[in-house]
Amino acid sequence: MVFFRLLLPFFTLLPLLAHASDAGEFTAADAAGQAKLLETWAAQPSDQRLPLLQALQDGRVGYDDSKHPYIETDGNMVAADADTPATGEVRKLRLNNRLRGLVINALAAQQMLSTDTAVRLAAAQQLQRSALPGQIPALEQQFQGEPASAVKAALALALANLQLTDPAPQVRLHAVRLLGETGDPSAQARLESVLAADAETDASVRTAAQTSLVQVKRKLMVGDLLGQAFSGLSLGSILLLAALGLAITFGLLGVINMAHGEMLMLGAYATYVVQVGFQRLAPEALAWYPLVALPVAFFVTAAIGMALERTIIRHLYGRPLETLLATWGISLMLIQAVRLIFGAQNVEVANPAWLSGGLQVLPNLVLPWNRVVIIGFALFVVVLTWLLLNKTRLGLNVRAVTQNRNMAACCGVPTGRIDMLAFGLGSGIAGLGGVALSQIGNVGPELGQSYIIDSFLVVVLGGVGQLAGSVSAAAGLGIANKILEPQIGAVLGKILILALIILFIQKRPQGLFALKGRVID
Amino acid sequence: MNQPLMVTAAHKAGTPLAIAIGVVVAVLLVSMALLSLLPESNPLQVSAYTLTLVGKILCYAIVALALDLVWGYAGMLSLGHGLFFALGGYAMGMYLMREASGDGLPAFMTFLSWSELPWYWYGTQHFAWALCLVVLAPGLLALVFGFFAFRSRIKGVYFSIMTQALTFAGMLLFFRNETGFGGNNGFTNFHSILGFSITSPGTRAVLFLLTVALLAASLYLGWRLARSKFGRVLTALRDAENRLMFCGYDPRGYKLFIWVLSAVLCGLAGALYVPQVGIINPSEMSPTNSIEAAVWVALGGRGSLVGPLLGAGVVNGMKSWFTVAFPEYWLFFLGALFIVVTLYLPKGVIGLLKKRGDA
Repeated sequence: MVFFRLLLPFFTLLPLLAHASDAGEFTAADAAGQAKLLETWAAQPSDQRLPLLQALQDGRVGYDDSKHPYIETDGNMVAADADTPATGEVRKLRLNNRLRGLVINALAAQQMLSTDTAVRLAAAQQLQRSALPGQIPALEQQFQGEPASAVKAALALALANLQLTDPAPQVRLHAVRLLGETGDPSAQARLESVLAADAETDASVRTAAQTSLVQVKRKLMVGDLLGQAFSGLSLGSILLLAALGLAITFGLLGVINMAHGEMLMLGAYATYVVQVGFQRLAPEALAWYPLVALPVAFFVTAAIGMALERTIIRHLYGRPLETLLATWGISLMLIQAVRLIFGAQNVEVANPAWLSGGLQVLPNLVLPWNRVVIIGFALFVVVLTWLLLNKTRLGLNVRAVTQNRNMAACCGVPTGRIDMLAFGLGSGIAGLGGVALSQIGNVGPELGQSYIIDSFLVVVLGGVGQLAGSVSAAAGLGIANKILEPQIGAVLGKILILALIILFIQKRPQGLFALKGRVID
Repeated sequence: MNQPLMVTAAHKAGTPLAIAIGVVVAVLLVSMALLSLLPESNPLQVSAYTLTLVGKILCYAIVALALDLVWGYAGMLSLGHGLFFALGGYAMGMYLMREASGDGLPAFMTFLSWSELPWYWYGTQHFAWALCLVVLAPGLLALVFGFFAFRSRIKGVYFSIMTQALTFAGMLLFFRNETGFGGNNGFTNFHSILGFSITSPGTRAVLFLLTVALLAASLYLGWRLARSKFGRVLTALRDAENRLMFCGYDPRGYKLFIWVLSAVLCGLAGALYVPQVGIINPSEMSPTNSIEAAVWVALGGRGSLVGPLLGAGVVNGMKSWFTVAFPEYWLFFLGALFIVVTLYLPKGVIGLLKKRGDA
């Protein structure tokens, strides 16, 4: 043990010595020699040169009269080679543009050894632009050992860039095949330029390029399809959050709540208020404001919903069309009230850091975190609602009233109270949806209006009072929307979907999952 | 079950009074059109603004009447009548655009650098074909939609939602520039109709009188319908559709007929609206407009023929005044109107008057 302790300082010094001498070599060389050094370093990457290259890139390298290297740390010029005394004034090393480019390239080459995937990806992308033919062997080696598919694709492009201009057809052929293995959108452009007239003379390379192009296109299509399915699911989860509460109140009371969209809007504004509160009172915990906004939005909208049920909707039972008009009136007043309080402009609700950015799955497929989280959140709300409806006494009562109001009343279910609570629950769920919406879109007074028609269609399609119906209808509508969108445009897609729903209702007037019953008026 | 008010009215002694009021209103409207022809210096002259405003409200009144036919009588609340209104307006607008642009393309198409007219513009330079389109476009759409909707027995709130979605889809479609109807801006800058300048007092007066005539004709048509057996079947349909079916009636034909008739009336109203107001754009199709028409009918009184006219007049008159005097509070007022009418005036103003008359 003692022996090792004695040796330890020596081991830690070793890398220092190594790059210290690199630095010495660099400062001692003239411009041509420096360029040569940088090219060699780029071709033989090593972890130890990273600090030096970083310093070179940042312009923190200096030298004294005897060309001894210095690296600026925390504003002080520190001698890089420990044992050499300073001779004369330390001056900053100035690099010309060519050298600067070489430094960036060499730095990227060293960064390819990093354990951080993001750093490697950025480095590989830099290499696509700047790599030199001498780096081909090192890049080949890294390409073989690279675990992350995105980095691998970027590396393949960097390699192919170098090899496509090679005079030997064999090397070009290899490059073209390599491109075929990536799923990067820019690989497609590269291959197409190879195939362009007169660009490539060798027949075998041309054929290989064609095969590769087909391969790339297939991979891109997979990414596109997955992307569409994902954005469809994402839209579906939002529609679900919007429609879930509506399905409960519509199933229970048989009334359409036109002000339901405004509950979404109020939920989003509640998020805004919570965010502002955090900014003023607890800026250090700002990142977690959406978690606080959830209960706030739920209780605010639930309270408003219950108040509306008590004061207005209760008096209109048995007159569904009148309820529709009255709730429309409520929605107009809520919109105008919000406009007067918060202004007609959109308010700014910012994503916290943990909800921004995305997950790169394929080269052309990034899943934004906020959408991933919202899909998960929608599932969570569905599960919670299911538990509430199926495992609690309140849920039992709600289901009883939905199925047969009079019979439930005869059995002692307080239908009036249940109506109020269920209305509060439906509004509260919409409030939760509003929190989710605030994280992906604009928050303005008309927020709810754009979702209300779609969420009604979910309810119509899914059938009344059935969670499974709402879930599958929301997911189906969302995915259908997003798949039709790129083919025929968003508007025609919407119209087509409406037509399909009308035709579908011909077949199943009660929606996807009809409640079985023999009630007729 | 409630009889349509006009049926009741026809049996009661109130008829002479109703006719007298009708005649007075008609005379007032006609004289308004004539007074607008007077020179501006004359104190009795009716300004072009007033005439346009009243003409606009009369067009809305026709829409209200048409909506009342399907809602008040047949019990189907349509939230998509704005679509039919706008379709009629667009059909007329196509003619007016062609008239304004002469042999060339309408201005908005030149901006889009289109070289020829889309096929559905074919023949729109002829006034007669434009008139046919005014009837056909809303009529056929209503026929197709109604056929499928009534076949699968969509009713109640489902029907309302589907019609609302329909007009929403129409609005999205017409907002697109590629649809070929001027996109966001719609049609405007009309010059003439049948060679007469569209801004001249004479043309305005004639259009106004035509609107009055159409309103009177639809009122008469509604009255005849309500008195007929057809009207009774519709009312039965509204109150107990299943019982009606058990009595051996097939409700689909009745529904479809009144639905298409109502859509065509809306289309005609739209066709008269556009030359008077001088603009048509997709916002006429917005769900908000259609649902506002429902509150005209509800305020005036469903199931009566005069009620919707009264409602359209009162609400639109108020709107003109409110949006100038207190623009921020108009939506509060309108929202409150929706709530108050549904909570406290289920039969509308007419119902209130009738109750007072009975007491």
